[in-house]
Amino acid sequence: MIGAGKIKQYSNVLDKPLSKGKQEVSSSAFAFLFSELVQYNQTQVDNIAELERRLEDAGYAVGARVLELLCHRDKGNRRETRLLGILSFVHSTVWKVLFGKVADSLEKGTEHEDEYMISEKELLVNRFISIPKDMGTFNCGAFVAGIVRGVLDGAGFPAVVTAHFVPMEGQHRPRTTILIKFGEEVLRREARLEHGNFNDLVKAIIATPADVKYTISFLHSAYDLSHE
Amino acid sequence: MAPVAPRSGDAIFASVEHVNAELFTLTYGAIVRQLLTDLEEVEEVNKQLDQMGYNIGVRLIDEFLAKSNVSRCVDFKETADVIAKIGFKMFLGVGASVTNWDADGTCCSIVLEDNPLVDFVELPDTCQGLYYCNILSGVVRGALEMVSMKTEVTWVRDMLRGDDAFELQVKLLKQVPEEYPYKDDE
Repeated sequence: MIGAGKIKQYSNVLDKPLSKGKQEVSSSAFAFLFSELVQYNQTQVDNIAELERRLEDAGYAVGARVLELLCHRDKGNRRETRLLGILSFVHSTVWKVLFGKVADSLEKGTEHEDEYMISEKELLVNRFISIPKDMGTFNCGAFVAGIVRGVLDGAGFPAVVTAHFVPMEGQHRPRTTILIKFGEEVLRREARLEHGNFNDLVKAIIATPADVKYTISFLHSAYDLSHE
Repeated sequence: MAPVAPRSGDAIFASVEHVNAELFTLTYGAIVRQLLTDLEEVEEVNKQLDQMGYNIGVRLIDEFLAKSNVSRCVDFKETADVIAKIGFKMFLGVGASVTNWDADGTCCSIVLEDNPLVDFVELPDTCQGLYYCNILSGVVRGALEMVSMKTEVTWVRDMLRGDDAFELQVKLLKQVPEEYPYKDDE
């Protein structure tokens, strides 16, 4: 047939084999698309905070899908359950796939226990962007913050994620820092996992005959199983 | 100075910077999703996507001309070939072919060999009227308008709608004569 496409057709998108993720488009194609995303959203809002929120929203949709895709393709259907594990997953695996490199740095906040920062000297989405003076602190990195939040949220680590410009000495352009502030429940769970091996405890309970009563004590961040 | 030979789409694509196609695909998906939420009507979304594409096309033509060394095309046939062979390749990394010419050479089809926009995509029942890739038709229309060609670009085949290919129909409506001389001092 004349002009038949070379793309194979699948009746269901799930039948289609997952691509290896090696395909690329020109970076200008992405820059054009991203600039339309920003411009469109600008017409939908009255203020900068709202604009950032909408960009973050768009990013969230990307992040949620990236998590699913990468866990399936790169991690054999497993995902990180620990705080540092998921952070390094974002900083290395996710960054590498999306931006072609590992993020410049991952640091823990010095003032707050629940804060972590991923910094990038030249974030892809900020590369071709200069912010007009009247838009103040607006940062297109909100889109990437959204991606990070989407990944974290999907993996069970709800967090507030924001993007900030941080001026650097000796550099013309500020770097972009993605600030991650985890929810309280995340830190509580992490602390619980930290103390005592929760998995062993669960195994012990499962392996126990149902007619024997046990008390389980979490005192001193240890536990022992003893007959009542 | 002798004119520089036009570069092939492959050569240009190889020389420009790249980003991962999945980031591109998912970002586009996020845009479409946002439009569907905001505008509600599928028809409106089609229009907005086309408008976004048009905006891109208007800007993209500069980069295209600068990097491709393509000089003036002698006729619309050559134009269509250049879009398919160089344009799509250089930005999206995909090839395309031109077919289905009409008798007077003002209407043809561009068939994409691949389409990075539609990975992971399936249209739900509520969006059957959506031309998911409408941004591409807008890009072609916008870019051609900047080189004095008024066109109408529509999807005639769309795999997301069950067809067997992605086929864009490009119809030349009017060739706007360039105004000359330009008023340089304005």
